[in-house]
Amino acid sequence: MSAGRAVLLYALMAVLLVGVGLFQSWTLSLTILHLCLISAIMALGVNIQWGYAGLFNVGIMGFTALGGLAAVLTSMPPIHGAWEAGGIGIGVSLLALVGTIAAAVFAGRTVKGRLRRPSMAAVIVAGFFLFRAVFDPAVEAIEAFNPARTGYLGGIGLPVIFSWLVGGVLAAGAAWVVGRIALGLRADYLAIATLGIAEILLAVIKNEDWLSRGVKNVTGLPRPVPIEIELQTAPWFVDLSARIGADVTTFSSIYVKVCYALLLVAVLAILMWLAEKALKSPWGRMMRAIRDNRDAAAAMGKDVTGRHMQVFILGSAVVGIAGAMLTTLDGQFTPGQYNPLRYTFLIWVMVIVGGSGNNWGAVLGGFLIWFVWVEAEPAGIWLMNLITSGLPSDSIVRVRLLDAAPHMRLFLMGLILLLVLRFAPHGLIPERRARAAGSGKAEATA
Amino acid sequence: MTDILNALVLFANFVLLPGIAYGAQLALGALGVTLIFGILRFSNVAHGDLMAFGAMITILVTWWLQSAGISIDPLPTALLALPVGIAGAVLISLLTDRAVYRFYRRRKAPGIVLVMASIGVMFMLNGIVRFVIGPNDQRFADGARFVVTVADFKEMTGLAEGLAIRLPVVITVVVALVVVVWLWWFLQRTRTGKAMRAFSDNEDLALLSGISPERVVALTWILAAALATIAGVLYGLDKSFRPFTYFQLLLPIFAAAIVGGIGQPFGAIAGGFVVAFSEVTVTYAYKRFLEYLGAQPEGLVQLLSVEYKFAVSFVILVIVLLVKPTGIFRGRVL
Repeated sequence: MSAGRAVLLYALMAVLLVGVGLFQSWTLSLTILHLCLISAIMALGVNIQWGYAGLFNVGIMGFTALGGLAAVLTSMPPIHGAWEAGGIGIGVSLLALVGTIAAAVFAGRTVKGRLRRPSMAAVIVAGFFLFRAVFDPAVEAIEAFNPARTGYLGGIGLPVIFSWLVGGVLAAGAAWVVGRIALGLRADYLAIATLGIAEILLAVIKNEDWLSRGVKNVTGLPRPVPIEIELQTAPWFVDLSARIGADVTTFSSIYVKVCYALLLVAVLAILMWLAEKALKSPWGRMMRAIRDNRDAAAAMGKDVTGRHMQVFILGSAVVGIAGAMLTTLDGQFTPGQYNPLRYTFLIWVMVIVGGSGNNWGAVLGGFLIWFVWVEAEPAGIWLMNLITSGLPSDSIVRVRLLDAAPHMRLFLMGLILLLVLRFAPHGLIPERRARAAGSGKAEATA
Repeated sequence: MTDILNALVLFANFVLLPGIAYGAQLALGALGVTLIFGILRFSNVAHGDLMAFGAMITILVTWWLQSAGISIDPLPTALLALPVGIAGAVLISLLTDRAVYRFYRRRKAPGIVLVMASIGVMFMLNGIVRFVIGPNDQRFADGARFVVTVADFKEMTGLAEGLAIRLPVVITVVVALVVVVWLWWFLQRTRTGKAMRAFSDNEDLALLSGISPERVVALTWILAAALATIAGVLYGLDKSFRPFTYFQLLLPIFAAAIVGGIGQPFGAIAGGFVVAFSEVTVTYAYKRFLEYLGAQPEGLVQLLSVEYKFAVSFVILVIVLLVKPTGIFRGRVL
């Protein structure tokens, strides 16, 4: 039953996207598809954490932004002048930072008794000032180097596709740190901790201009697919579009978008395959056992915190990959755009609506909710136009309502989440539960 | 000697007074969070947006009063509009409880489901606020701006540094003090308050002794909504009103509630001040302060730039989680 329903829902989703292509435009339809795919990957990452293990991560925005940073650090060419100006200083200061943390941990392990905490604090304070003494001049030198165009260290100039992996690795590293702090504690604390770490990651990305150029943005990231202008002058492409009788400009834009879509689909397919493999493996069964009854699982000798750490790192890495892909797709890194409503809580709506615990459900949720999110804006404006059509076009009520219409999609998202939570708490494609032993028909209900 | 006084005045002007005002605002917000947690047993993610909603109603009424020419100069008109804002926030809280939370409460759903539901409520409130008042900054403070201006202070004392006492700061402190004292009296001395505390300590025992759960829950929402509105309006008067800022206040507010010991009203107050003062002291540039004390620092001597103030609440939160997970006042361990 569940499989048939899933096929039906995915078919419906395809119809929606084709409908946009037919009635609005194919470029728009493909653009929506791109972000549907990326949202689906993010939802998959969150589902790995929440659906497999019941970990409540509300720091998705931070991991997404970290993935975006990875795109910059991997693909942009290094700025040699900036490296010469402050590269050594930054390196030394980062070593000082790592050294401070190591020294603090060392102090915590060796000093016993009442002096333990004060000695750790003293080490940290001393290390902080040492770090700032080297760090500040280096940052100043880097940011002074050609500030209008660069003013940061640049990246390492690799093809941008590698950044997707790097994004995953960076996010995994951050997840390890958060996990060390908050995973032993219960759900609400993890939520607050991840909320905090996301804000901090974003603050770092926005303010450490030497690293990410901050709110001055990095534009012109290299692309993994051909550029439209080049295609339009390439003979083979002009030939091809002539043969199918399409306008070269339109066709080049669609061609590029299809290339992107294929790349995104490939990544989603790989991740999906891995996620499904993991879920069906003994490891996946163990994760669900821990989720459903952690005390019982612990009593059976499972290392609950250790498994949680694994799954937290894996899920965050998937989100980081999606973040890098998003920035690649945009072709620019704009830290100002990251907003927890859009990049954290919307993803949660996707997972809950799609069906937590079921990867196909989460991916469908990513598609569907992104589609609704995008199309709610024109729909809202259309609705407001309809409501106010009796009013003169310069009426203050009409202008006001039309202005405010886009904000109603937040309201709509909340409503969808509450309705699903209440009337279909397992989502559109519920998790498949193993049948209870001995009873042929009875499905275990949760 | 005057140098030391100058340094102290400088410190009071840029750290002490802003810290007190911000701390009081956070404390009021954290009180609401902690009450909801104590009675309804979930972390209400929509609290920041409830603050924004209450403040929004207050602002709308303030504008209406201003246009009608009604004012209580030198006090800001918003104080006159505050009761209406509180009523609006209480109404929407009771409404969401009836429509959303009650269902899960009766089913004894795990706390995390209620948190999810509060995410939905957060989205809806956020949408309403942005729909009605827009996503931009709104100024609604009127009346006198200062109780003591810098110039007045310099003239009075003859010091080189001035201490400006802004009216919103005074109002914040006075209102917060009144609210906290009343809340203390209510929780400790009245029958209803005792019933609430009993319910928070042990739900089953409270039920056995005939306390009506729906009444306690309704009362909790009323208190939380009132506190949220007061906190929101005071914050808006002191700084400015912007829906997104209120959403972001969630982190320091939760940090305050957890630092103080979640479920502990007086912990929330202490937590609010701890978080506020840490944020302000760590992000203040001490250059001039140190110069008065005879040092010749290079640079601004600012430990962290202002953009990292969220990091400060978070670091405090982490330290408390690692060192004393129950918080200062021995709250529940989540």
